[in-house]
Amino acid sequence: MTDATLTRTGPDDRVAFRAATFTDVLRSEWTKLRSVRSTVWTLTVAVVLGVGLGALISAAAAHGYAKSSVSSKLSWDPTAVSLDGIGIATLAIAVLGALFISSEYSSGMIRTSLTAVPKRGRLLAAKALILAAVTFVVGEVTSFTAFFVGQALISGHAPHAALGDPGVARAVVGAGLALTALAVLSVATGALLRHPAAGIACMVAILFVLPAIAQALPDSWRNPVTEYWPTQAGGQIANVRIAPHSLPPWPGFGVMCLFVAIVYAIAWALLDRRDA
Amino acid sequence: MIEAHGLVKRYGATTAVNDLSFSIQPGLVTGFLGPNGAGKTTTMRMILGLDAPTQGSVTVGGRGYRDLPAPMREVGALLDAKALHGGRPARDHLLCLALSNGIPRRRVGEVLRLVGLEDVARRRAKGFSLGMSQRLGIACALLGDPAVLIFDEPINGLDPDGIHWVRTLLRTLAAEGRTVLVSSHLMSEMALTADHLLVIGKGRLIADASVDELVRSRSRQSVHVRSPQAAELAARARAAGATVTDAGPDPDVIEITGLDSAEVGKLAAAAGIVLFELIPVRASLEEAFMELTKESVEYQAAGAAR
Repeated sequence: MTDATLTRTGPDDRVAFRAATFTDVLRSEWTKLRSVRSTVWTLTVAVVLGVGLGALISAAAAHGYAKSSVSSKLSWDPTAVSLDGIGIATLAIAVLGALFISSEYSSGMIRTSLTAVPKRGRLLAAKALILAAVTFVVGEVTSFTAFFVGQALISGHAPHAALGDPGVARAVVGAGLALTALAVLSVATGALLRHPAAGIACMVAILFVLPAIAQALPDSWRNPVTEYWPTQAGGQIANVRIAPHSLPPWPGFGVMCLFVAIVYAIAWALLDRRDA
Repeated sequence: MIEAHGLVKRYGATTAVNDLSFSIQPGLVTGFLGPNGAGKTTTMRMILGLDAPTQGSVTVGGRGYRDLPAPMREVGALLDAKALHGGRPARDHLLCLALSNGIPRRRVGEVLRLVGLEDVARRRAKGFSLGMSQRLGIACALLGDPAVLIFDEPINGLDPDGIHWVRTLLRTLAAEGRTVLVSSHLMSEMALTADHLLVIGKGRLIADASVDELVRSRSRQSVHVRSPQAAELAARARAAGATVTDAGPDPDVIEITGLDSAEVGKLAAAAGIVLFELIPVRASLEEAFMELTKESVEYQAAGAAR
Protein backbone atom coordinates (compact mmCIF):
# COMPACT_ATOMS: atom_id res chain seq x y z
CA MET A 1 0.00 0.00 0.00
CA THR A 2 1.43 3.32 -0.96
CA ASP A 3 1.01 6.55 0.90
CA ALA A 4 -2.26 8.28 0.41
CA THR A 5 -2.42 10.84 -2.29
CA LEU A 6 -5.76 12.37 -3.01
CA THR A 7 -6.35 12.94 -6.64
CA ARG A 8 -8.98 15.56 -5.98
CA THR A 9 -8.32 19.12 -5.04
CA GLY A 10 -8.77 20.78 -1.69
CA PRO A 11 -12.11 22.14 -0.56
CA ASP A 12 -11.45 25.65 -1.77
CA ASP A 13 -11.51 24.84 -5.44
CA ARG A 14 -13.74 21.81 -5.51
CA VAL A 15 -16.20 21.55 -8.35
CA ALA A 16 -19.64 22.89 -7.60
CA PHE A 17 -22.11 20.14 -6.79
CA ARG A 18 -25.86 19.95 -7.05
CA ALA A 19 -28.30 19.16 -4.28
CA ALA A 20 -29.34 15.52 -3.91
CA THR A 21 -32.83 14.80 -5.22
CA PHE A 22 -35.52 12.22 -4.55
CA THR A 23 -34.63 10.60 -7.88
CA ASP A 24 -31.07 10.10 -6.60
CA VAL A 25 -32.45 8.30 -3.55
CA LEU A 26 -34.68 6.15 -5.78
CA ARG A 27 -31.64 5.12 -7.85
CA SER A 28 -29.77 4.33 -4.66
CA GLU A 29 -32.57 2.18 -3.25
CA TRP A 30 -32.94 0.35 -6.55
CA THR A 31 -29.23 -0.46 -6.44
CA LYS A 32 -29.59 -1.67 -2.85
CA LEU A 33 -32.51 -3.92 -3.76
CA ARG A 34 -30.90 -5.51 -6.79
CA SER A 35 -27.46 -6.01 -5.25
CA VAL A 36 -28.40 -8.55 -2.58
CA ARG A 37 -29.23 -12.18 -3.18
CA SER A 38 -32.24 -12.28 -0.87
CA THR A 39 -34.19 -10.14 -3.35
CA VAL A 40 -33.79 -12.60 -6.18
CA TRP A 41 -34.59 -15.50 -3.86
CA THR A 42 -37.77 -14.08 -2.37
CA LEU A 43 -39.08 -12.89 -5.73
CA THR A 44 -38.41 -16.31 -7.27
CA VAL A 45 -40.27 -17.94 -4.39
CA ALA A 46 -43.17 -15.52 -4.90
CA VAL A 47 -43.46 -16.38 -8.60
CA VAL A 48 -43.05 -20.12 -8.05
CA LEU A 49 -45.64 -20.18 -5.26
CA GLY A 50 -48.06 -17.93 -7.12
CA VAL A 51 -47.94 -19.84 -10.39
CA GLY A 52 -47.15 -23.34 -9.10
CA LEU A 53 -49.63 -23.46 -6.22
CA GLY A 54 -52.21 -21.74 -8.43
CA ALA A 55 -51.78 -24.53 -10.99
CA LEU A 56 -52.09 -27.24 -8.34
CA ILE A 57 -55.18 -25.68 -6.80
CA SER A 58 -56.76 -25.13 -10.23
CA ALA A 59 -56.15 -28.72 -11.29
CA ALA A 60 -57.51 -30.12 -8.03
CA ALA A 61 -60.58 -27.86 -8.03
CA ALA A 62 -61.35 -28.60 -11.68
CA HIS A 63 -61.25 -32.34 -11.08
CA GLY A 64 -63.49 -32.05 -8.03
CA TYR A 65 -65.97 -29.77 -9.79
CA ALA A 66 -68.18 -32.54 -11.24
CA LYS A 67 -68.73 -34.10 -7.81
CA SER A 68 -69.18 -30.81 -5.92
CA SER A 69 -72.46 -29.62 -4.41
CA VAL A 70 -74.92 -27.35 -6.19
CA SER A 71 -74.10 -24.45 -3.91
CA SER A 72 -70.39 -24.70 -4.58
CA LYS A 73 -71.13 -24.93 -8.30
CA LEU A 74 -73.15 -21.73 -7.98
CA SER A 75 -70.26 -19.94 -6.29
CA TRP A 76 -67.64 -21.36 -8.68
CA ASP A 77 -65.14 -18.61 -9.48
CA PRO A 78 -62.48 -20.00 -11.84
CA THR A 79 -60.56 -16.70 -11.84
CA ALA A 80 -60.24 -16.66 -8.06
CA VAL A 81 -59.27 -20.35 -8.03
CA SER A 82 -56.41 -19.78 -10.48
CA LEU A 83 -55.18 -16.81 -8.43
CA ASP A 84 -55.35 -18.67 -5.11
CA GLY A 85 -51.61 -19.40 -5.05
CA ILE A 86 -50.90 -15.68 -4.84
CA GLY A 87 -52.43 -15.66 -1.36
CA ILE A 88 -49.44 -17.75 -0.26
CA ALA A 89 -46.97 -15.85 -2.44
CA THR A 90 -47.80 -12.76 -0.38
CA LEU A 91 -45.69 -14.29 2.35
CA ALA A 92 -42.55 -14.05 0.20
CA ILE A 93 -43.31 -10.42 -0.63
CA ALA A 94 -43.96 -9.67 3.06
CA VAL A 95 -40.57 -11.16 3.95
CA LEU A 96 -38.82 -9.18 1.22
CA GLY A 97 -40.49 -5.93 2.26
CA ALA A 98 -39.83 -6.39 5.97
CA LEU A 99 -36.18 -7.34 5.30
CA PHE A 100 -35.60 -4.46 2.90
CA ILE A 101 -35.52 -1.99 5.77
CA SER A 102 -35.17 -4.07 8.95
CA SER A 103 -31.99 -5.76 7.70
CA GLU A 104 -30.47 -2.27 7.58
CA TYR A 105 -31.18 -2.01 11.28
CA SER A 106 -29.76 -5.43 12.13
CA SER A 107 -26.57 -4.80 10.14
CA GLY A 108 -26.13 -1.16 11.17
CA MET A 109 -26.38 -0.08 7.51
CA ILE A 110 -29.26 2.22 8.50
CA ARG A 111 -26.80 4.64 10.11
CA THR A 112 -24.79 4.80 6.90
CA SER A 113 -28.00 5.23 4.90
CA LEU A 114 -29.34 7.99 7.14
CA THR A 115 -25.99 9.77 7.03
CA ALA A 116 -26.20 9.72 3.23
CA VAL A 117 -29.89 10.65 3.23
CA PRO A 118 -30.64 12.58 6.43
CA LYS A 119 -34.06 13.60 5.12
CA ARG A 120 -35.52 10.40 6.49
CA GLY A 121 -38.94 10.68 4.88
CA ARG A 122 -37.20 10.50 1.50
CA LEU A 123 -35.41 7.31 2.42
CA LEU A 124 -38.61 5.57 3.53
CA ALA A 125 -40.58 6.85 0.52
CA ALA A 126 -37.86 5.71 -1.88
CA LYS A 127 -37.74 2.26 -0.31
CA ALA A 128 -41.53 1.90 -0.41
CA LEU A 129 -41.78 3.18 -3.98
CA ILE A 130 -38.98 1.00 -5.36
CA LEU A 131 -40.33 -2.12 -3.66
CA ALA A 132 -43.87 -1.27 -4.81
CA ALA A 133 -42.69 -0.88 -8.42
CA VAL A 134 -40.76 -4.15 -8.37
CA THR A 135 -43.62 -5.99 -6.67
CA PHE A 136 -46.14 -4.55 -9.12
CA VAL A 137 -44.19 -5.85 -12.13
CA VAL A 138 -43.47 -9.25 -10.56
CA GLY A 139 -47.02 -9.43 -9.17
CA GLU A 140 -48.67 -8.75 -12.52
CA VAL A 141 -46.44 -11.23 -14.32
CA THR A 142 -47.26 -13.83 -11.66
CA SER A 143 -50.99 -13.19 -11.67
CA PHE A 144 -51.36 -13.20 -15.46
CA THR A 145 -49.26 -16.36 -15.73
CA ALA A 146 -51.19 -18.03 -12.91
CA PHE A 147 -54.47 -17.04 -14.55
CA PHE A 148 -53.62 -18.46 -17.98
CA VAL A 149 -52.04 -21.62 -16.60
CA GLY A 150 -54.98 -22.11 -14.23
CA GLN A 151 -57.63 -21.62 -16.91
CA ALA A 152 -55.83 -24.03 -19.24
CA LEU A 153 -55.94 -26.67 -16.48
CA ILE A 154 -59.57 -25.95 -15.61
CA SER A 155 -60.97 -25.93 -19.15
CA GLY A 156 -62.47 -29.25 -20.15
CA HIS A 157 -63.23 -30.15 -16.51
CA ALA A 158 -65.20 -27.14 -15.32
CA PRO A 159 -66.41 -23.77 -16.58
CA HIS A 160 -63.39 -21.54 -17.07
CA ALA A 161 -62.96 -17.80 -17.38
CA ALA A 162 -61.57 -15.57 -20.11
CA LEU A 163 -59.95 -12.16 -19.67
CA GLY A 164 -62.84 -10.54 -21.54
CA ASP A 165 -65.50 -11.85 -19.11
CA PRO A 166 -66.97 -9.24 -16.77
CA GLY A 167 -64.76 -8.54 -13.79
CA VAL A 168 -62.04 -11.01 -14.81
CA ALA A 169 -59.42 -8.55 -16.08
CA ARG A 170 -59.97 -6.42 -12.96
CA ALA A 171 -59.44 -9.47 -10.74
CA VAL A 172 -56.23 -10.54 -12.50
CA VAL A 173 -54.76 -7.03 -12.45
CA GLY A 174 -56.09 -6.64 -8.90
CA ALA A 175 -54.16 -9.64 -7.58
CA GLY A 176 -50.95 -7.83 -8.52
CA LEU A 177 -52.24 -4.59 -7.00
CA ALA A 178 -53.06 -6.29 -3.70
CA LEU A 179 -49.54 -7.68 -3.64
CA THR A 180 -48.17 -4.18 -4.25
CA ALA A 181 -50.15 -2.70 -1.36
CA LEU A 182 -48.87 -5.50 0.83
CA ALA A 183 -45.26 -4.73 -0.17
CA VAL A 184 -45.68 -1.14 1.03
CA LEU A 185 -47.30 -2.39 4.25
CA SER A 186 -44.37 -4.69 4.96
CA VAL A 187 -41.79 -1.92 4.37
CA ALA A 188 -43.71 0.30 6.80
CA THR A 189 -43.97 -2.52 9.34
CA GLY A 190 -40.23 -3.26 9.01
CA ALA A 191 -39.43 0.43 9.57
CA LEU A 192 -41.72 0.51 12.58
CA LEU A 193 -40.33 -2.60 14.29
CA ARG A 194 -36.67 -2.22 13.16
CA HIS A 195 -35.97 -5.90 13.64
CA PRO A 196 -36.10 -8.57 10.89
CA ALA A 197 -37.66 -11.35 12.96
CA ALA A 198 -40.21 -9.00 14.54
CA GLY A 199 -41.12 -7.51 11.16
CA ILE A 200 -41.65 -10.88 9.51
CA ALA A 201 -43.57 -12.27 12.51
CA CYS A 202 -45.84 -9.25 12.52
CA MET A 203 -46.57 -9.63 8.80
CA VAL A 204 -47.38 -13.33 9.25
CA ALA A 205 -49.73 -12.39 12.08
CA ILE A 206 -51.49 -9.78 9.96
CA LEU A 207 -51.73 -12.09 6.95
CA PHE A 208 -52.49 -15.49 8.42
CA VAL A 209 -52.73 -15.76 12.19
CA LEU A 210 -55.29 -13.07 13.00
CA PRO A 211 -57.65 -14.06 10.15
CA ALA A 212 -57.40 -17.69 11.34
CA ILE A 213 -58.27 -16.65 14.88
CA ALA A 214 -61.22 -14.70 13.50
CA GLN A 215 -62.55 -17.94 12.01
CA ALA A 216 -62.92 -19.32 15.51
CA LEU A 217 -65.07 -16.41 16.66
CA PRO A 218 -68.89 -16.51 16.76
CA ASP A 219 -70.58 -15.35 13.53
CA SER A 220 -71.61 -11.97 14.89
CA TRP A 221 -67.93 -11.18 15.48
CA ARG A 222 -66.41 -13.10 12.66
CA ASN A 223 -68.41 -11.54 9.85
CA PRO A 224 -67.41 -7.90 10.43
CA VAL A 225 -63.82 -8.95 11.15
CA THR A 226 -63.45 -10.90 7.91
CA GLU A 227 -65.25 -8.13 6.06
CA TYR A 228 -63.00 -5.31 7.20
CA TRP A 229 -59.71 -7.00 8.09
CA PRO A 230 -57.37 -5.09 5.73
CA THR A 231 -55.67 -8.00 4.01
CA GLN A 232 -58.98 -9.91 3.63
CA ALA A 233 -60.75 -6.81 2.34
CA GLY A 234 -57.87 -6.06 -0.03
CA GLY A 235 -57.97 -9.60 -1.37
CA GLN A 236 -61.52 -9.08 -2.67
CA ILE A 237 -60.09 -7.28 -5.66
CA ALA A 238 -58.84 -10.64 -6.96
CA ASN A 239 -62.34 -12.23 -6.84
CA VAL A 240 -64.89 -12.05 -9.61
CA ARG A 241 -67.79 -13.11 -7.39
CA ILE A 242 -68.53 -11.23 -4.22
CA ALA A 243 -68.73 -13.70 -1.37
CA PRO A 244 -71.20 -13.09 1.50
CA HIS A 245 -69.85 -10.92 4.32
CA SER A 246 -67.18 -9.37 2.22
CA LEU A 247 -66.72 -5.94 0.71
CA PRO A 248 -67.01 -5.29 -3.04
CA PRO A 249 -63.62 -5.33 -4.86
CA TRP A 250 -62.71 -1.64 -5.00
CA PRO A 251 -64.05 -0.60 -1.57
CA GLY A 252 -62.27 -3.65 -0.14
CA PHE A 253 -59.02 -2.60 -1.79
CA GLY A 254 -59.67 0.91 -0.49
CA VAL A 255 -59.83 -0.41 3.09
CA MET A 256 -56.47 -2.13 2.57
CA CYS A 257 -54.92 1.03 1.11
CA LEU A 258 -56.23 3.13 3.99
CA PHE A 259 -54.70 0.70 6.48
CA VAL A 260 -51.38 0.77 4.60
CA ALA A 261 -51.45 4.57 4.60
CA ILE A 262 -52.02 4.71 8.37
CA VAL A 263 -49.21 2.27 9.17
CA TYR A 264 -46.92 4.11 6.73
CA ALA A 265 -47.69 7.47 8.35
CA ILE A 266 -46.87 6.09 11.81
CA ALA A 267 -43.64 4.53 10.49
CA TRP A 268 -42.65 7.82 8.86
CA ALA A 269 -43.35 9.88 11.98
CA LEU A 270 -41.35 7.51 14.19
CA LEU A 271 -38.44 7.19 11.76
CA ASP A 272 -38.18 10.95 11.72
CA ARG A 273 -38.24 11.25 15.49
CA ARG A 274 -36.27 8.30 16.79
CA ASP A 275 -32.51 8.15 17.18
CA ALA A 276 -31.02 5.79 14.63
CA MET B 1 -15.86 23.79 10.34
CA ILE B 2 -17.91 21.99 12.97
CA GLU B 3 -19.46 24.01 15.78
CA ALA B 4 -21.26 22.73 18.84
CA HIS B 5 -23.10 24.90 21.33
CA GLY B 6 -24.10 23.50 24.72
CA LEU B 7 -24.63 20.01 23.36
CA VAL B 8 -26.44 17.68 25.79
CA LYS B 9 -27.59 14.12 25.22
CA ARG B 10 -29.45 12.14 27.85
CA TYR B 11 -30.62 8.56 27.56
CA GLY B 12 -33.09 8.15 30.38
CA ALA B 13 -31.18 8.81 33.58
CA THR B 14 -27.74 8.64 31.96
CA THR B 15 -26.15 11.76 30.57
CA ALA B 16 -23.89 10.70 27.71
CA VAL B 17 -22.88 14.21 26.65
CA ASN B 18 -23.00 17.11 29.05
CA ASP B 19 -22.90 20.72 27.87
CA LEU B 20 -20.29 20.30 25.17
CA SER B 21 -19.23 23.35 23.17
CA PHE B 22 -16.41 23.38 20.65
CA SER B 23 -15.38 24.65 17.27
CA ILE B 24 -13.35 22.41 14.99
CA GLN B 25 -11.19 24.29 12.51
CA PRO B 26 -10.34 23.46 8.91
CA GLY B 27 -6.77 22.64 7.93
CA LEU B 28 -6.05 20.72 11.12
CA VAL B 29 -6.42 17.17 12.32
CA THR B 30 -8.45 17.45 15.49
CA GLY B 31 -8.17 14.47 17.79
CA PHE B 32 -11.29 13.67 19.76
CA LEU B 33 -9.98 11.91 22.77
CA GLY B 34 -11.54 10.27 25.77
CA PRO B 35 -11.79 6.96 27.58
CA ASN B 36 -14.35 4.42 26.39
CA GLY B 37 -17.86 5.59 27.21
CA ALA B 38 -16.83 9.26 27.38
CA GLY B 39 -19.41 10.27 24.77
CA LYS B 40 -17.23 10.53 21.65
CA THR B 41 -19.43 8.40 19.43
CA THR B 42 -22.63 9.99 20.75
CA THR B 43 -21.23 13.41 19.91
CA MET B 44 -20.32 12.27 16.40
CA ARG B 45 -23.79 10.80 15.94
CA MET B 46 -25.30 14.15 16.89
CA ILE B 47 -23.04 15.96 14.41
CA LEU B 48 -24.33 13.59 11.72
CA GLY B 49 -28.00 14.04 12.63
CA LEU B 50 -28.40 10.41 13.68
CA ASP B 51 -29.24 11.29 17.27
CA ALA B 52 -31.13 14.42 18.20
CA PRO B 53 -29.48 16.45 20.98
CA THR B 54 -31.52 16.74 24.18
CA GLN B 55 -30.34 20.35 24.32
CA GLY B 56 -28.02 22.54 22.32
CA SER B 57 -27.13 22.38 18.67
CA VAL B 58 -24.33 21.42 16.34
CA THR B 59 -23.69 22.69 12.83
CA VAL B 60 -21.44 21.74 9.96
CA GLY B 61 -20.36 24.67 7.81
CA GLY B 62 -23.03 26.74 9.52
CA ARG B 63 -25.89 24.36 8.85
CA GLY B 64 -27.58 21.53 10.71
CA TYR B 65 -26.65 18.19 9.14
CA ARG B 66 -30.20 17.39 8.12
CA ASP B 67 -30.39 20.67 6.20
CA LEU B 68 -27.38 19.92 3.99
CA PRO B 69 -28.52 19.69 0.36
CA ALA B 70 -26.03 16.95 -0.54
CA PRO B 71 -24.58 15.72 2.77
CA MET B 72 -21.94 13.35 1.40
CA ARG B 73 -20.48 16.19 -0.70
CA GLU B 74 -19.94 18.22 2.42
CA VAL B 75 -19.31 15.71 5.19
CA GLY B 76 -17.70 12.28 4.95
CA ALA B 77 -18.08 10.01 7.92
CA LEU B 78 -16.90 6.65 9.15
CA LEU B 79 -18.67 5.65 12.33
CA ASP B 80 -18.76 1.87 12.34
CA ALA B 81 -16.90 -0.01 9.64
CA LYS B 82 -19.09 -3.07 10.06
CA ALA B 83 -22.30 -1.08 9.61
CA LEU B 84 -23.11 -2.40 6.15
CA HIS B 85 -25.14 -5.16 4.53
CA GLY B 86 -22.74 -8.11 4.44
CA GLY B 87 -24.41 -9.64 1.42
CA ARG B 88 -23.70 -6.68 -0.83
CA PRO B 89 -20.49 -6.49 -2.87
CA ALA B 90 -18.18 -3.63 -1.85
CA ARG B 91 -18.57 -1.85 -5.17
CA ASP B 92 -22.37 -1.92 -4.96
CA HIS B 93 -22.25 -0.68 -1.36
CA LEU B 94 -20.30 2.35 -2.53
CA LEU B 95 -22.45 2.73 -5.61
CA CYS B 96 -25.73 2.98 -3.72
CA LEU B 97 -24.25 5.59 -1.42
CA ALA B 98 -22.80 7.56 -4.34
CA LEU B 99 -26.11 7.49 -6.23
CA SER B 100 -28.04 8.75 -3.20
CA ASN B 101 -26.08 12.00 -3.32
CA GLY B 102 -25.79 12.36 -7.08
CA ILE B 103 -22.07 11.54 -7.03
CA PRO B 104 -20.81 10.30 -10.42
CA ARG B 105 -20.31 6.53 -10.74
CA ARG B 106 -16.64 6.83 -11.74
CA ARG B 107 -15.90 8.17 -8.26
CA VAL B 108 -16.61 4.67 -6.88
CA GLY B 109 -13.63 3.28 -8.80
CA GLU B 110 -11.48 6.20 -7.72
CA VAL B 111 -12.08 5.74 -3.99
CA LEU B 112 -11.67 1.96 -4.26
CA ARG B 113 -8.26 2.54 -5.80
CA LEU B 114 -7.42 5.16 -3.21
CA VAL B 115 -8.02 2.78 -0.29
CA GLY B 116 -6.47 -0.19 -2.08
CA LEU B 117 -9.60 -2.33 -2.37
CA GLU B 118 -9.98 -2.45 -6.15
CA ASP B 119 -9.04 -6.14 -6.26
CA VAL B 120 -11.85 -7.15 -3.89
CA ALA B 121 -14.46 -4.69 -5.19
CA ARG B 122 -16.75 -7.48 -6.33
CA ARG B 123 -16.52 -9.48 -3.14
CA ARG B 124 -19.32 -9.43 -0.59
CA ALA B 125 -18.48 -7.31 2.40
CA LYS B 126 -19.20 -10.01 4.97
CA GLY B 127 -15.96 -11.76 3.99
CA PHE B 128 -13.91 -8.65 4.77
CA SER B 129 -11.49 -8.47 7.66
CA LEU B 130 -11.92 -5.57 10.09
CA GLY B 131 -9.02 -3.83 8.37
CA MET B 132 -10.63 -4.18 4.93
CA SER B 133 -13.94 -2.97 6.35
CA GLN B 134 -12.18 0.09 7.77
CA ARG B 135 -10.75 0.81 4.34
CA LEU B 136 -14.20 0.42 2.79
CA GLY B 137 -15.63 2.77 5.43
CA ILE B 138 -12.92 5.32 4.64
CA ALA B 139 -13.75 4.94 0.93
CA CYS B 140 -17.40 5.79 1.75
CA ALA B 141 -16.32 8.88 3.65
CA LEU B 142 -14.20 10.08 0.72
CA LEU B 143 -16.86 9.41 -1.96
CA GLY B 144 -18.21 12.95 -2.06
CA ASP B 145 -14.77 14.62 -1.82
CA PRO B 146 -16.08 16.49 1.24
CA ALA B 147 -14.60 19.47 3.07
CA VAL B 148 -15.37 17.94 6.47
CA LEU B 149 -14.34 14.43 7.52
CA ILE B 150 -15.33 12.56 10.66
CA PHE B 151 -13.71 9.27 11.60
CA ASP B 152 -14.59 7.23 14.68
CA GLU B 153 -11.58 5.11 15.70
CA PRO B 154 -10.38 4.61 12.11
CA ILE B 155 -7.27 2.63 12.99
CA ASN B 156 -9.10 -0.11 14.87
CA GLY B 157 -8.23 -3.44 13.35
CA LEU B 158 -5.57 -2.11 10.99
CA ASP B 159 -2.11 -3.58 10.70
CA PRO B 160 0.95 -1.31 11.19
CA ASP B 161 1.07 -0.64 7.46
CA GLY B 162 -2.60 0.34 7.50
CA ILE B 163 -2.14 2.54 10.56
CA HIS B 164 0.66 4.41 8.83
CA TRP B 165 -1.54 4.77 5.76
CA VAL B 166 -4.44 6.24 7.76
CA ARG B 167 -2.12 8.68 9.55
CA THR B 168 -0.75 9.91 6.26
CA LEU B 169 -4.23 10.13 4.79
CA LEU B 170 -5.50 12.22 7.72
CA ARG B 171 -2.51 14.57 7.47
CA THR B 172 -2.98 14.89 3.70
CA LEU B 173 -6.68 15.66 4.05
CA ALA B 174 -5.97 18.36 6.63
CA ALA B 175 -3.13 19.80 4.55
CA GLU B 176 -5.62 20.21 1.70
CA GLY B 177 -7.58 22.52 3.96
CA ARG B 178 -10.25 20.09 5.08
CA THR B 179 -11.68 19.84 8.57
CA VAL B 180 -10.71 16.47 10.01
CA LEU B 181 -12.13 15.11 13.27
CA VAL B 182 -10.76 11.76 14.46
CA SER B 183 -11.75 10.03 17.64
CA SER B 184 -9.51 7.72 19.57
CA HIS B 185 -9.03 6.43 23.06
CA LEU B 186 -5.30 6.19 22.46
CA MET B 187 -3.38 9.33 23.34
CA SER B 188 -0.19 7.94 21.84
CA GLU B 189 -1.90 7.60 18.47
CA MET B 190 -3.26 11.12 18.62
CA ALA B 191 0.15 12.48 19.60
CA LEU B 192 1.40 11.28 16.22
CA THR B 193 -1.55 12.35 14.12
CA ALA B 194 -3.39 15.29 15.60
CA ASP B 195 -2.59 19.00 15.68
CA HIS B 196 -5.32 19.88 18.08
CA LEU B 197 -7.00 17.88 20.81
CA LEU B 198 -10.47 17.84 22.22
CA VAL B 199 -10.46 15.74 25.36
CA ILE B 200 -13.70 14.62 26.95
CA GLY B 201 -14.53 12.50 29.95
CA LYS B 202 -17.97 11.46 31.17
CA GLY B 203 -19.51 13.64 28.48
CA ARG B 204 -17.78 16.83 29.59
CA LEU B 205 -15.09 18.81 27.84
CA ILE B 206 -11.83 18.46 29.78
CA ALA B 207 -9.43 20.13 27.40
CA ASP B 208 -9.51 21.95 24.08
CA ALA B 209 -5.93 22.76 23.17
CA SER B 210 -3.14 22.09 20.73
CA VAL B 211 -1.09 18.98 21.38
CA ASP B 212 1.92 21.06 22.51
CA GLU B 213 -0.10 23.18 24.89
CA LEU B 214 -1.63 20.13 26.42
CA VAL B 215 1.69 18.45 27.08
CA ARG B 216 3.15 21.62 28.55
CA SER B 217 0.27 22.50 30.80
CA ARG B 218 -0.92 19.12 31.88
CA SER B 219 1.98 16.75 31.99
CA ARG B 220 3.29 16.51 35.50
CA GLN B 221 7.03 17.07 35.89
CA SER B 222 8.71 15.31 38.74
CA VAL B 223 12.13 14.36 40.00
CA HIS B 224 13.13 10.85 40.87
CA VAL B 225 15.57 10.80 43.82
CA ARG B 226 17.54 8.07 45.51
CA SER B 227 19.19 8.97 48.75
CA PRO B 228 20.09 7.24 52.04
CA GLN B 229 18.56 10.31 53.72
CA ALA B 230 15.37 10.20 51.69
CA ALA B 231 13.11 10.86 54.66
CA GLU B 232 14.97 14.03 55.58
CA LEU B 233 14.95 15.26 51.96
CA ALA B 234 11.24 14.53 51.76
CA ALA B 235 10.57 16.68 54.80
CA ARG B 236 12.61 19.57 53.37
CA ALA B 237 10.99 19.28 49.95
CA ARG B 238 7.53 19.38 51.52
CA ALA B 239 8.58 22.42 53.48
CA ALA B 240 9.56 24.01 50.15
CA GLY B 241 6.03 23.41 48.86
CA ALA B 242 6.60 20.25 46.79
CA THR B 243 4.62 17.02 46.83
CA VAL B 244 6.52 13.88 47.73
CA THR B 245 5.45 10.35 46.93
CA ASP B 246 7.06 6.98 47.50
CA ALA B 247 8.33 5.56 44.26
CA GLY B 248 8.14 1.87 45.04
CA PRO B 249 9.03 -0.39 47.94
CA ASP B 250 12.55 0.95 48.43
CA PRO B 251 12.34 3.59 51.23
CA ASP B 252 15.41 5.34 49.79
CA VAL B 253 13.61 6.22 46.57
CA ILE B 254 11.15 9.10 46.43
CA GLU B 255 9.49 11.17 43.76
CA ILE B 256 9.26 14.91 44.18
CA THR B 257 6.75 16.94 42.22
CA GLY B 258 6.73 20.73 42.20
CA LEU B 259 10.50 21.31 42.15
CA ASP B 260 12.80 20.76 39.21
CA SER B 261 15.99 18.70 39.46
CA ALA B 262 18.24 21.76 39.96
CA GLU B 263 16.09 22.95 42.85
CA VAL B 264 16.12 19.51 44.46
CA GLY B 265 19.91 19.32 44.02
CA LYS B 266 20.43 22.71 45.69
CA LEU B 267 18.04 21.79 48.49
CA ALA B 268 20.03 18.59 49.17
CA ALA B 269 23.40 20.35 49.02
CA ALA B 270 22.23 23.05 51.44
CA ALA B 271 21.20 20.39 53.95
CA GLY B 272 24.24 18.19 53.34
CA ILE B 273 22.12 15.34 52.03
CA VAL B 274 23.84 12.72 49.91
CA LEU B 275 22.16 11.93 46.58
CA PHE B 276 22.78 8.69 44.67
CA GLU B 277 20.30 9.40 41.87
CA LEU B 278 18.66 12.60 40.66
CA ILE B 279 16.56 12.08 37.55
CA PRO B 280 14.07 14.53 36.06
CA VAL B 281 10.97 12.64 34.91
CA ARG B 282 8.75 14.15 32.24
CA ALA B 283 5.34 12.51 32.06
CA SER B 284 4.46 11.31 28.60
CA LEU B 285 1.42 12.51 26.73
CA GLU B 286 -0.12 9.19 27.62
CA GLU B 287 0.30 9.93 31.31
CA ALA B 288 -0.98 13.46 30.82
CA PHE B 289 -4.10 11.97 29.33
CA MET B 290 -4.50 9.45 32.15
CA GLU B 291 -4.09 12.27 34.63
CA LEU B 292 -6.63 14.36 32.75
CA THR B 293 -9.28 11.70 32.53
CA LYS B 294 -8.60 9.94 35.83
CA GLU B 295 -11.81 11.21 37.34
CA SER B 296 -13.92 10.32 34.37
CA VAL B 297 -13.02 6.77 33.46
CA GLU B 298 -16.29 4.92 33.50
CA TYR B 299 -15.08 1.41 34.21
CA GLN B 300 -11.94 1.03 36.18
CA ALA B 301 -10.16 -2.16 37.13
CA ALA B 302 -9.92 -2.26 40.92
CA GLY B 303 -6.53 -1.04 42.06
CA ALA B 304 -5.08 -0.99 38.58
CA ALA B 305 -5.41 2.70 37.99
CA ARG B 306 -3.24 3.97 40.79
